[in-house]
Amino acid sequence: MSIDWSVVQMAIPLLAEGTVMTLKIAAIAGILGLAGGVALGLISLGGLAPARWMVRAYVDFIRGTPLLIQIFIVFFGLPAMGLRLGEFWAGVIALSLNCAGYVAEVVRGTVGAVEKGQTEAAKSIGMTHGKILVYVLLPQSIRPMMPALTNDVITLLKNTSLLSVISVYELTRSGQAIIASHFAPVEIFTLLAIYYYAIISVLSWISRVIERRLPAW
Amino acid sequence: MTSIAPTPVPRGLKPLLAVRDLRKSFGNREILKGISFDLMAGQTLVLIGPSGSGKTTVLRCLNHLETPDGGTIELLGEPIGGAYMGEGAKWRALPEADMARQRRKFGFVFQRFNLFPHLTALENVAIGPAKVLGLSRKEAEARAAVQLTRVSLADHMDKRPSQLSGGQQQRVAIARALAMEPRLILFDEPTSALDPELVHEVLDVMAELAREGMTMVVVTHEMSFARRVADHLIFMADGEIVEEGLPEAVFSAPREEKTQRFLAHVLNR
Ligand SMILES: Nc1ncnc2c1ncn2[C@@H]1O[C@H](COP(=O)(O)OP(=O)(O)OP(=O)(O)O)[C@@H](O)[C@H]1O
Ligand SMILES: [Mg+2]
Repeated sequence: MSIDWSVVQMAIPLLAEGTVMTLKIAAIAGILGLAGGVALGLISLGGLAPARWMVRAYVDFIRGTPLLIQIFIVFFGLPAMGLRLGEFWAGVIALSLNCAGYVAEVVRGTVGAVEKGQTEAAKSIGMTHGKILVYVLLPQSIRPMMPALTNDVITLLKNTSLLSVISVYELTRSGQAIIASHFAPVEIFTLLAIYYYAIISVLSWISRVIERRLPAW
Repeated sequence: MTSIAPTPVPRGLKPLLAVRDLRKSFGNREILKGISFDLMAGQTLVLIGPSGSGKTTVLRCLNHLETPDGGTIELLGEPIGGAYMGEGAKWRALPEADMARQRRKFGFVFQRFNLFPHLTALENVAIGPAKVLGLSRKEAEARAAVQLTRVSLADHMDKRPSQLSGGQQQRVAIARALAMEPRLILFDEPTSALDPELVHEVLDVMAELAREGMTMVVVTHEMSFARRVADHLIFMADGEIVEEGLPEAVFSAPREEKTQRFLAHVLNR
């Protein structure tokens, strides 16, 4: 097999445009997903029973169905509800909803794993559930949450490639466009893999730096 | 169940804590089979008994870390955890906020300290006054400093629990309880997780509290402490009070065979 280096040379700058879009999608969906997931996680830890039950059902749905299907549901469902936001926002919303479901589980799991004696000590000085969460459990959970949250963000970043199916012009889609005109699938897909790998390596590195800077005891 | 006559109570004086027929089961195992006692303000009650006899469960039921299945607990006449209300006297549990308000009248000192690892000693003690009692940060920290000084930790206030010895950690835990100005403090084997050479520094603090008139319920295996500090001693086995009375009386002339066997075992160690 021979590598068509001229296509590679031409593709490198072209793919940069797609990369910017991918980063933009991942950043917005990441922020929305983390915020939504923390909110959902807190509800499942301290909310009223019906609210907890609904979060449970939501997380089950997210984890129990393929993301591709979720993307299609949002993409076709929003217009059906009268919301015409375009494929970019449909994609961002779908990824955010998906990410939030996984983050909610991380929050619930990590906070729930704080030793029971902590809650009991807080109760014994008269704290109520909400205060125990805010002053005792959450501060102890942030650091242990980091690896799992990083994983969720990395997964989100990889999942942005699925938005190519609803014609969002992100990294994968921009690669496919080059393939369509120059037919060099091996070169381009390999190049895409390298791009994703580089982005994710940077993300992991940032996460490790943040984790190291979080207070330990 | 026989018992030596309890310490005579001056007429007209109401007990601080009145426990009647306290019952608790886990699954279908009955762990507390009807525990009753009174505790006067300023007195120290020591609970002893073999492992698994239900001592910890008694303490945890008192401040409702565990919900009792039956019986009543009254602190200064106020029923703890709820009340029997309406016709048929149905039990109504208190809402969480009210339960929390009652719970802070009981200090609790845990076997494994349960300090908040992310906070310094000062913050561990100040967090209750600040976040529960609503004191300003400055007031709360001033109060915390007073209590930490009281347990001889003035020089360690800015250390995290992981930087303190077990004995120091347990004294921070005692200061944390004291800072809430509780009516009484419950101690669950406060020295049994400590290295032997650190036991005395915690027991000394407790003896001092007793001397200053703090009301305390203490579960311990430290028999010499029980003998020295207790105003009243209860020996429990299998979820029941087997024998109780003045510590001197129970230690030197135990009436029940179970008590004799237990004391022979622990005193000859
Ligand atoms: N949450 C629980 N669930 C089930 N069983 C429990 C629970 N807590 C306590 N028990 C059981 O109740 C019994 C009494 O326990 P408890 O801890 O009150 O005994 P104890 O007198 O404090 O013993 P020790 O001296 O070992 O601390 C034990 O058999 C224990 O296994
Ligand atoms: Mg115990």
